[in-house]
Amino acid sequence: MGRINHHLTDPLLIAYAAGTLPEAFSLVAATHVSLCDECRARLAAFEAVGGAVVETAEAVPVAEGSLAATLARIAAGPKAEIRTPPKAAGILPAPLAAYVGGDLSAVRWRSVGGGVRQAILPTSRGASVRLLHIPAGAAVPDHGHRGTELTLVLQGAFRDDADRFARGDVEVADASVEHTPVAEPGEDCICLAATDAPLRFNALLPRLAQPFLRI
Amino acid sequence: MLAGAQPFEESDAAVTRSSYGWETDRGSVYRKMTRAGAGTAEAGWVEAVERVRSQRDQQAFAALFQHFAPRVKAYLMKSGADASLAEECTQEVMATLWHKAHLFDPARASVATWVFTIARNRRIDALRKQRRPEPEELPWGPEPDASQDEALALQQETERLGEALKQLPAKQRELIERAYFGDLSHSEIAEQTGLPLGTIKSRIRLALERLRHEMK
Repeated sequence: MGRINHHLTDPLLIAYAAGTLPEAFSLVAATHVSLCDECRARLAAFEAVGGAVVETAEAVPVAEGSLAATLARIAAGPKAEIRTPPKAAGILPAPLAAYVGGDLSAVRWRSVGGGVRQAILPTSRGASVRLLHIPAGAAVPDHGHRGTELTLVLQGAFRDDADRFARGDVEVADASVEHTPVAEPGEDCICLAATDAPLRFNALLPRLAQPFLRI
Repeated sequence: MLAGAQPFEESDAAVTRSSYGWETDRGSVYRKMTRAGAGTAEAGWVEAVERVRSQRDQQAFAALFQHFAPRVKAYLMKSGADASLAEECTQEVMATLWHKAHLFDPARASVATWVFTIARNRRIDALRKQRRPEPEELPWGPEPDASQDEALALQQETERLGEALKQLPAKQRELIERAYFGDLSHSEIAEQTGLPLGTIKSRIRLALERLRHEMK
């Protein structure tokens, strides 16, 4: 596990622990935590807060015969198969591989111009998430944000002003950020990017095209 | 505050014991763990989950049910479920606790925390109708018993966290509860919780390092 320098923020981890993040953001959080033990421990601490909230909340009596009904459910066996998902062996950590249906070779890329390719992953509404393939040395189209955008590096690296983002690093950008990330030379950069608002491209893509690209 | 909270746990445990026959050999182990100086109420729950895991012990499960099911139901109702959906989901959550007892790692979570995560996932599924991507699982080490000290330390920290939560100013505590009951979005959640989480985080970090070392 390489050194990871850019982490999820506390509010994002709290919302993931509370189970209130949109699915697209949860996928980025789950993928980052799979690569980052620091955030895995922070997440566990925030889940402990959830445990304390439940523990100290005023209890509501269960229905009569609730225990017996539960024991009957237990006797009927688990609803879904209880298993520990295998640790992913490839580039994509297990939660992401589950959405793609395999490792990188299973991704169905679509060109979006400038050598950049993307694959939108199916999630519930409210936010969207996609894989981005940016050729080494190429710029990610210049964009600003209206909502929150999370960009997690899976392969290669990109630079954004003063910062460098490599495998496992996640950039959290809000509406105030106007940035121009550039993939480092040498290796193509593959990122997982989620946003809860349509991106607003300043160049390369006319705004009218956005609804058709679903980004 | 600590003194104020203790009788609650004690009376709760007493009900549990009298209703489900804890006045047995098992009960005395349980009592020792609940009341002894080094033990905590949490340690008693860890012991109960262990019994469910290793012996499919229905008495231990009944004790867990009596304590946690009404709290899970309250959590689900505060998160927006009506009473009948909350009851059904609570039964499912408690059944999941039984089926997944072998996945519980007391070095990384208290029983209350673990129950919370099961209830949270059920809530996302039943109320929000969404999938929840989960991080890659880290399996237990080859000898789970070797981490008992870690587990005990974590249980004690968790109890301290519960006390700290009770002592927060009402407004701050309410904000935290709203975040966990699903009333706040991530952009509405504050950077600071006001809770001392550093020690818990460090302990879990150490447990993860040991686990990574054993997995090599």
